[in-house]
Order: sequence, then structure tokens, then C-alpha cells
Amino acid sequence: MPDHALQPAHGAVPTWHLAEEEDHDHGGNGATLLGFWIYLMSDALIFASLFAMYGVVSTGYAGGPVPREIFDLKLVALNTAFLLASSITFGQAMPHMEAGRVGPTRFWLAVTGLLGAAFVGIELYEFSQLIAEGAGPQRSAFLSAFFTLVGTHGAHVTVGLIWIVTMLIQIGQHGLSLPMKRRLMCLSMFWHFLDIIWIGVFTFVYLYGVLR
Amino acid sequence: MTDNSLLKTIFGRLTWESFPIHEPILFTTFLVVSLLGLGIVGAITRFRLWGYLWKEWFTSVDHKKVGVMYIILAIIMLLRGFSDALMMRAQQAVAFGSNPGYLPPHHYDQIFTAHGTIMIFFVAIPLVVGIINFVMPLQIGARDVAFPFLNNLSFWLTAAGAILTMVSLFVGEFARTGWLSYAPLAGLAYSPDTGVDYYLWSLQIAGVGTTLSAINMVATIIKMRAPGMTMMKMPVFCWTALCSNVLAIAIFPALTAAFFLLMLDRYVGTNFFTNELGGAPMMYWNMVWIWGHPEVYVLVLPAFGIYSEITATFSGKPLFGYSSMVYATVVITILSYLVWLHHFFTMGAGPSVNSFFGIATMVIAIPTGAKIFNWLFTMYKGDIRFDLPMMWVVAFMLTFTVGGMTGVLLAIPPADFVLHNSLFLVAHFHNTIIGGVVFGLFAGMVYWFPKAFGFKLDEFWGKVAFWGWVAGYWIAWTPIYIVGLMGTTRRVNHFDDPTLQPYFIVAAIGAVIILIGILGFVMSIIMGFVKRHELADTTGDPWGGRTLEWSTTSPPPAYNFAFTPVVHDMDAWYDMKNRGYEHPASGFRPIHMPRNTGAGVILSGLALALGFSMVWYIWWLAALCFAGLVVVAVGHTFNMKRDYFIPADEVARTEARRLPLAEGI
Repeated sequence: MPDHALQPAHGAVPTWHLAEEEDHDHGGNGATLLGFWIYLMSDALIFASLFAMYGVVSTGYAGGPVPREIFDLKLVALNTAFLLASSITFGQAMPHMEAGRVGPTRFWLAVTGLLGAAFVGIELYEFSQLIAEGAGPQRSAFLSAFFTLVGTHGAHVTVGLIWIVTMLIQIGQHGLSLPMKRRLMCLSMFWHFLDIIWIGVFTFVYLYGVLR
Repeated sequence: MTDNSLLKTIFGRLTWESFPIHEPILFTTFLVVSLLGLGIVGAITRFRLWGYLWKEWFTSVDHKKVGVMYIILAIIMLLRGFSDALMMRAQQAVAFGSNPGYLPPHHYDQIFTAHGTIMIFFVAIPLVVGIINFVMPLQIGARDVAFPFLNNLSFWLTAAGAILTMVSLFVGEFARTGWLSYAPLAGLAYSPDTGVDYYLWSLQIAGVGTTLSAINMVATIIKMRAPGMTMMKMPVFCWTALCSNVLAIAIFPALTAAFFLLMLDRYVGTNFFTNELGGAPMMYWNMVWIWGHPEVYVLVLPAFGIYSEITATFSGKPLFGYSSMVYATVVITILSYLVWLHHFFTMGAGPSVNSFFGIATMVIAIPTGAKIFNWLFTMYKGDIRFDLPMMWVVAFMLTFTVGGMTGVLLAIPPADFVLHNSLFLVAHFHNTIIGGVVFGLFAGMVYWFPKAFGFKLDEFWGKVAFWGWVAGYWIAWTPIYIVGLMGTTRRVNHFDDPTLQPYFIVAAIGAVIILIGILGFVMSIIMGFVKRHELADTTGDPWGGRTLEWSTTSPPPAYNFAFTPVVHDMDAWYDMKNRGYEHPASGFRPIHMPRNTGAGVILSGLALALGFSMVWYIWWLAALCFAGLVVVAVGHTFNMKRDYFIPADEVARTEARRLPLAEGI
């Protein structure tokens, strides 16, 4: 019997209550991290639906451009490198966060944000090039699905960028308090999750697209 | 011309013609609704209730109040959805031969679309979510849900979706494409007006709310159970709530994606679900049904949980076969994800695909049947009390079984080729949804009403509601089964064959009897309130309950439990009563609680305005609302004052009020 349990008046009756709250801590990390993880899984299913849509119409060229003609693998490789590197830099930030070192945490977070911004910038450049060539999302179902899948990922990265900026400010305000650490943990999961999605996009859309 | 384009920039495609002042039915409805609305607003202002409502309810993060708000929203929307049903029944009862009826196809199509959309998304879902919200944290001995603010936000997003659907009644038109708005009909080429846009934005906004709520509930059940309550000691209702919400998390993304892609088709001009340029309309069907079929289990599993709680309580026995009940629930959860294609066997996927989905569909009947037997065996040799909740359970078992059997019939692909899109199918799903979900939700509302408000519902009017619904259901839907089996198709506003007319007249009479049931339920609340002193529940345990929610007062204090309960056995409260439990009278401590916030209302208001401006192509307002959403959402994360402590002496005072009541236990 835990020593903080409320003792009943007569000894034979079992413990019915805890005087202290244990699992019911509203600021607790456990529920938030679990909840965020479940959110990521539901987001993964949105991407799964978009991948499925892409899979179904990936050869619906409608007489328009095919992947081999429009995908610039060198540009995409550069972009992929930026995003993967940003995951490494985020990984650099986390031990500093654990140790409570505000400066290095913010530094690595900022580097991650810059790499992410470069990724989004290159993606927007790629999109504008395609649209200028007449390969916009309205041209064929294949291009609709391509723009939507890649664009949804890019939109997520943009949300991540806003989040990073917010965290940079909030860490400045509050230091690495418990809520800040919790938020950074969630952001970290979000960022790595987007990396994994991108590996799927890179393989399934770009590499496989150029192959066929 | 410049004036015109300026107006277009400001108001998008919204013009004076968008307001249906020339349509008498809509205009009268509009007048009645606005008078009613003005009356309510006037009364609230007159009695100075705005401050109270805002502080105690709208901004509340208390799971009990959020749950009650969900249920109120659902009951209001039930009245709207049911008016649509009555209009359809009236139209089909008269529109034969040379009589075109009173609803032109253009209007009739909006009504059946609105009916289905509202009944599923804004009646059934809010009722289920509301009851889970209210009951589940109490049953697991928690003080709140895992994310109290998110809970408030989820409710308001659902409400925003409901409001946007209601706005379509009076500003522009609603969709005419059926409750799932199939492509390519719902594409811009065939539905250029505002209808489908209203549909998409309403459901997308509400869908975000439902997904967030589901994540919240799962995290709550997994992380916040009282000490000692292992998963297999959890009340069955919590198990069904868990499975239902896990399922919701697994399916809503597919719907969100499908709607998102259809939105892109309509707004950006992409070609996902068009007939041209490589589009794949059937992909839309697949995605919406990957959501749609499991969705009925999202709704019915918690209803099964409610039946389990009530059967055990009113039979005075522990539930028969608890673990088989849990496994059956889990199996249904998994199987329900593997059957979606039976909604379009006629797509032409081939015999092997159809066989797989047909067999998977039939297999679901096995765990469901196991549940029915579990309830029957719980009743067997039990000390059964036929109070209102138990009456609903019995009506459910008789009604739902028939719906299950017609479901197995429809699962046979060759039979489905004949019955696809027929009224037989429509009768089948109303049989399962009314007989399974609606009866269960009424049972749950009657059962937990005294817990929520401290008095029971009026018994006489409760029985009127019961008999109205049960008799009305059978009288309304038996003839529809028959004409459906004879080949009558759904979504038709005029029939040529006069021999069918008697069936539709009987069906219309049945609908009127259901109306008596609905009004009876409203009356049972009103009369319950009038007689609240006579019907008061002073013990906190009016039914001789078995689970933890009955261990606290009715209504429960904001913090639910003064001390976190420790669970030793299944049916924890029964165990406590049996072993001489006494409510603690001293030693109270301050209780840590989440603080109310208006951010949920503001975010949902912005989402509503965003939806409206997107429907009407008012781009500047949409951009403004979107920017507002981002700013408020980010701004809310800067608010660090999210909790407070209820001081120990206040807890002591609240608990002291219950002591004289507790003596009776």
C-alpha cells in the first residue's frame, strides 16, 4: 500500500482513494506525447490516402507531360539533402534541450528552420517552373496528384517552420521549462515524421516516376 | 460594369438572388427560425444570461459541460434533420401519377442530402461524442479528459460545421448530391452552385473537431484511468468508447483527404474525380466508404457499450461474458475496416474482390451476434427491472436483429446487384441506425440524465417517447422494406405506379408517430424539470449502478472525485458498495484543474467565417479568416495560465453538502 494513501478508519477495509494525484496530472508529458503520436498516425493516414490517390492516377497523363520529362532529379536530390540534414540538426538540438542549455538548443533549432525554409523555397521554385512549362495541376490527373501530395507535404513543413519560430520565441521567454521541453518533443516528432513522409515521396513519386 | 466587378470582389458570388425570398417553404421556415432565434436571444438578454453562458458553458473545458453542449447541439439538429424526413415522407406519400407533389426535384434533392448529412454528422456523431465525453471520464475515475481545451475546441468546430449547414438553408442552396456527395456528380461540371461547397466546408470543419475529439478520448482512456483499473477491469462502455475512437482516428483522415481532393477539383480545377484528363471518380467512392462503413461502427459500438451497462445494472448481475464482449468489440473494430467495398459491389471490381468483401461483411455478424447472446445471458435469471433504459435495450435487441439480418442478406453480392440503390437498402440502414444507434443513445440519455442534472426524466413522457419511436420505426420502415424488395429505387421524388402509394402513406403515418416520440422526449425533459424535486436523485446512484460514475454526486462536482478512486475489481462501484465503502469526510486537498478559455469559440468562429467566405468566393475575407486562424492558434500557445487550484476548503464545503445524502448508502 503506498504510504500517501488515505487510511480508512478501520483497518480491514481496502484502500479506496489516493490522497495525492498520480496519473491525473494535467500538465503530464505522457498524455501529450501519446496524443501527439496518435495525431501523427492520423496525419500519416491522410498521406496514405494521398499516396493511394497518386498510385491510382499516376499514369493518368491525359496526353500531357510524363514524369521523366518534368522531374529534375538533381534539384530534388538537393532538396532531399536539405530536409534530411534538417532532421540531423534537430537531433543536435535535443540533447542540449535535455541538458537545459538554452543557447545551443535555439542555435540548432534555427539551423533546422533555415534548412526547412530552403527546402520549401526549392519546392516552390520547382512548382513555379512546372507551371510555367504548362505542367500545372490542372493539366492531368497525374499532375493533380503530384502537386497535391508534394504540396501537402510542403504545407506541413511550412507549419513546422511557423512552429520553430514560435518555439524560438517561447524558449527565449520561458527558458527550457517542462512545457517547453514537451512542445519541443512534439515538434521533434513532427519534423522527423515529415522526413519519413518525404522519403516515401522521393522514392515513390520521383525515383519510381523517372524509372517508368 | 466597374460597380459590378467591385461588388463581385466584395461579395463574391453572393447576390440578392442568393436569398430564397421567392420560395414560400423556405421563406416561412426562415421566418419561424429567425423569430425563434430572436426570442431566445431576447430571453437570454432579458435575463442577463450571456455572461453566465459564456463563463460557465461556452468557454468551459469541463468534460461534463462539453458533453452536455454536444448533446444539446445534437437534439437541435435532430429537429432539423427530422423535419427533412417528414417532408420527404409527405412528398412520397402524395407524388403519384399526375400529382407532382409539393417539392420539385431541385428542392427534394437538397432535402434528402441535408437529411442524411445532418443525421449522421450533426446528430449521431455529436450524441455519441457527447455521451462519451460526459460518461467516460467519470467511469474511469478521472477529473477531466487528457486535453480539456482541445475538447472545447472540438465541440465548437462541430457546432461551426452545423451552423454552416444551417446557413445554407437560407443563403444559397445545399448540395443535391446525396449524403456522401459522390463524384463526378459533385464535381464543378455537374454541381456548379454553392451546394457542394457548403457540404464540403461544413463537414471538413466538423471533421477536424471529431478527429481531435477522438484523439483526446483515446489518450484519456489510455493514460488517465484510476489506479487499479487495468484494461480488463474497465467498464465495457469505456472499451467501446476506446474502440470507437480508435476507429474514428483511423477513418476520418480518409474522409478528410477525399473531401480535400474534391475541394481542389472544385476550387483549383484539378482532375482527381473528373471524367476527363485521367480522373478516377471511383477513387472518391472508395475513400468516402473507407470512412463511411467503419463510421457506422464508430456510432454503434458506444451504443453497444450503453446497452451493456444498462443490461448489467437493470438485471442486477455482472455482465455475462465480459472478456468475450471486449474481444467482440475489438474484432468488430478491425473487421469494419475491411468491408467498405460492399457499398459498391456494382462497381465491377470482379468476383474475387466482391467475394472477399461480401464474406468479410457477413463475418461481422458473428461478434455482433455474440454480443446479443451476452446481453440475453446477462438478463437470464437476472432480477430484471423494466425501467425506461431497459425498455430501450429490449426494443433494440428486437429491432436491431432484423436490421442485422437484412445486412447479411445485402452482403451477398448477387443479391446486392438487385438491391443496390433500392429502398430495401435504405430501410436496412435505418433499421440498424435507428434500432441500434438511436435507441442506444436514447437509452443512454435516459440512464445518465439523473447523473448529469440531478433528477430523472419524466416517466410518462419517457414512455411516450419510447413507444413513439419503436412503433413509429416499425410502421414507417416495414413498408419501405417491402417496396424496396419489389425494386423501388431511392432518392426519387415521384412515382408512376399507383399500387405503391398505400405503402408510402403507411410510411408517412409511421414518420408522424416517430414525431410523437421525439416530442415525447422533449416533453420528458420539460416535465422532468417541472417535477425535478419529486424526481430528484439525492443518492448519486438512482439505478443501483455498478460503475464509478454512480459513486459521486448527481450532478458531479466540477472536479468529479474529491479523491482519486482506487479500483480493486470490475464494476468498481458495486465492489465498493459491497465492501462497506464510506465517503471520506475530511483530509481534502486542493485540486488541480484546467482553466476555461475562449480560444475554442474564437477559432471556430473564424473557421465558420472562412467556410462561408470560401463557399461564396469572397476571397479577401477567406484570406483574412485564415490569417486570423493562424494568429489566434499560435497566440493561444503563448497563454501559459491554463490551470488553477480549487482550494481545499472549497472542496470540503462541496463535499459537506453531499454528506447528509450519502448516509442512505
